[in-house]
Amino acid sequence: MPLHRYDHRYDVVVVGAGGAGLRAALEASRTARTAVVSKLHPTRSATSAAQAGINAALGNTGALKNSGPVSDGWEQHALDTVTAGDHLVDQAAAELMCREAPDAVRELERLGVPFSRTADGLINQRPIGATRRAAVAGELTGHHVLQTLYAQCLRSGVEFFDEFYALDLLFADGSAASGAAGVVAYDLATGELHTFSAPAVILATGGCGRMFRTTSNGHAATGDALALALRSGFPLQDMEFFQFHPTGLYPLGILVSEAARAEGALLRGVNGEPFMERYAPAAKELAPTDIVARAIVSEIREGRGMGQSGDHVGLDLAHLTRERWGSAAATAADLALTQLGIEAAEAPIPVRPTAHYAMGGIPTTSGGHVLDRDELPVPGLYAAGEVACMSVHGANRLTANALVEAIVFGRRAGTEAAGHARAAGQPPEPAVEPTAPAAALLERLRNPSGSERAAPIRAALQHAMDEHASVIRSEDSLAQAAGQISRLKERYARVAVGDPGRSYNTDLTEAIELGFLLDAAEVLVAAAAQRRESRGAHFRADHPARDNALFLHHSLAHRSPTGDIRIETKAVDVSRFSATERKY
Amino acid sequence: MPVILKIRRFDPERDTEPHWERYEVAVQHGDRLLDALHWVKWNLDGSLAFRRACDQGSCGSDVMRINGENRLACTALVRELVEERGDEITIEPIKGLTAKKDLIVDMEPFFAAYREVEPWLVAGGRETAGERTQSAEQAQLFSDTAKCNLCAACTSSCPVYWNDRQYVGPATIVAAHRFIFDSRDIVSEQRLEILNDREGVWRCRTTFNCTEACPRGIQVTQAIQEVKRSLLARRI
Repeated sequence: MPLHRYDHRYDVVVVGAGGAGLRAALEASRTARTAVVSKLHPTRSATSAAQAGINAALGNTGALKNSGPVSDGWEQHALDTVTAGDHLVDQAAAELMCREAPDAVRELERLGVPFSRTADGLINQRPIGATRRAAVAGELTGHHVLQTLYAQCLRSGVEFFDEFYALDLLFADGSAASGAAGVVAYDLATGELHTFSAPAVILATGGCGRMFRTTSNGHAATGDALALALRSGFPLQDMEFFQFHPTGLYPLGILVSEAARAEGALLRGVNGEPFMERYAPAAKELAPTDIVARAIVSEIREGRGMGQSGDHVGLDLAHLTRERWGSAAATAADLALTQLGIEAAEAPIPVRPTAHYAMGGIPTTSGGHVLDRDELPVPGLYAAGEVACMSVHGANRLTANALVEAIVFGRRAGTEAAGHARAAGQPPEPAVEPTAPAAALLERLRNPSGSERAAPIRAALQHAMDEHASVIRSEDSLAQAAGQISRLKERYARVAVGDPGRSYNTDLTEAIELGFLLDAAEVLVAAAAQRRESRGAHFRADHPARDNALFLHHSLAHRSPTGDIRIETKAVDVSRFSATERKY
Repeated sequence: MPVILKIRRFDPERDTEPHWERYEVAVQHGDRLLDALHWVKWNLDGSLAFRRACDQGSCGSDVMRINGENRLACTALVRELVEERGDEITIEPIKGLTAKKDLIVDMEPFFAAYREVEPWLVAGGRETAGERTQSAEQAQLFSDTAKCNLCAACTSSCPVYWNDRQYVGPATIVAAHRFIFDSRDIVSEQRLEILNDREGVWRCRTTFNCTEACPRGIQVTQAIQEVKRSLLARRI
């Protein structure tokens, strides 16, 4: 039965309503009719859970009373970003982000974000590592940024289509090279398809951490726009680089902020030894996330883990008296109590690495323009936030750089998209039957003769990715992951959704999301297999050293006409800093 | 540990009335109610509909009526629910908003009321690139209400709201409070005027349900009282 179809026309359509999508929409809406299509109500987006703060070299607290850390400038922020990224960062993009960060954060303040304040009433900044750079709004920075941007978008006349799932990208004459023409989305409430025609489309769907079992990401982090871009013939960049936050609350994977370690929490194995001293003698608990994550996995693999199965370590607050806990330590203790019933004053909080952030994504220019396989911008198509790769995170994201990336590049993408829409004039006519592919997908998943269900396939995918493609990888483990994903894709082709209903059919949307996850996981594993070195978050037990001679380049994955994933390379912009070895 | 989830089900395409269904679930020690609901959805009945997103108590999407109290499913430990009320756990959609399917309600009237108070900062002065200051004391005045994530636990626990859906409800007052008490905002008078409406703040009967329901521990009733006091002070 063909579904009724609704057609909308806008200048700019944003897919996704987290920090990047809303910042882009706010900017675009100043000059363009802007719609946001989001599968979640905007305030439910993953940005709501971001805790660490927003890096910006404001210098508000940097030189505080001599006792404090060193003073800060955008140059130092850029160098830290490049170093943490293990020199796979495009340095001009990082410089741009760090130069624009202070203005972007002050702008958030003017929009209403209730930042914590210094004694002088300035935006307060929390020390992470050697600098006080992370602007914070209590322990709820992400929440405040999201709420503020959402409300300002309402004020600015942005039109919201909440609980609409983007299923397909539209192009002017049906071919991707001809430029964006809009998106097709599925309305969860009614089960109907809507077309959103627009000369400019911004993809901002966030992460894909739900391909792993232990993850800090919410249920919605299913890589939707990654898969849509791949299916439209575009490449994905640096997908092998996935950040595992060292301290996920065991067994759920919910993040325990690194700020707790900045406040003095220690990582201990089963014998009580604070083991980070052996892995990073100088930085210890405050070494970059990838180093801490590998240290924890190494401890677990060498039999020094805690608990019955020895599969986690302890984050210890007990050696600090409760009075000395900072707000982050108190938040961690609260989390342990509400989620596990554990008193952090008496027992260490059980933690293990948790899949946290995708450094890779849809390659873009620093203006957010999506790049095709020939590194040429696709007219009218933009991406920003975690789903994009410009690349400012390289092989490993610096703590508190996610929000700043979302804000700085969301703003830029919004400006560019609105400008493009103005120049393009009327949105292109939708193709004759623009919803046909989306309708076919829905039809297939509703096929009553299908013999498979989505949930067990998703569980098997998550198990395979945790076991074979997470913190420590090898040729063998990645081959296993690839084989399993291939078999899971065959099973997915036979999936049928149990719920035949039209309204609020989350059985159906979960099956759609599983298809996105399988695509993203397939690319991640293929990219990880070809990178026979260790760099940043990507660690190969069979190639434990960084290899600049062979691998100082980005990976660019695309699906070939025969259906397999091909990996090409792309030069890294190293115009600012030299690739020295990281030491912490 | 076996528990029974007694869930109020409603499918608009099949049912004329809601009905109860019972599901037996073998829960693990650390399971939250959301884990148990997912187990039902992924193993017994995929059509069970509920909202969830962040999975960690941040986003406020999975508020439901659990053993008669509004709570987030992702922060409700099953073993604690069992200790409190026994091994049959009742789960219903929140009240006061129309159930669309199973545990999913129509949130639009809730968000419409929120939008009515224009919940965005209207700041005075020339917009410059420089940084505006606010003292820690000034920031403290609205730091509690600024924590609101619009989960609707408060509004949907309010007996006044159940009986009068024109009432703006506690969450809307919290949203307005956050700006009325923000030293940077210059339209507090207009915000107070909106809440001075007959369906505004005076409808509150101080039952404290909202404060008890708030997953973030916001002192909702106190915030409402502060708004009432501001209105009274203005009259004098």
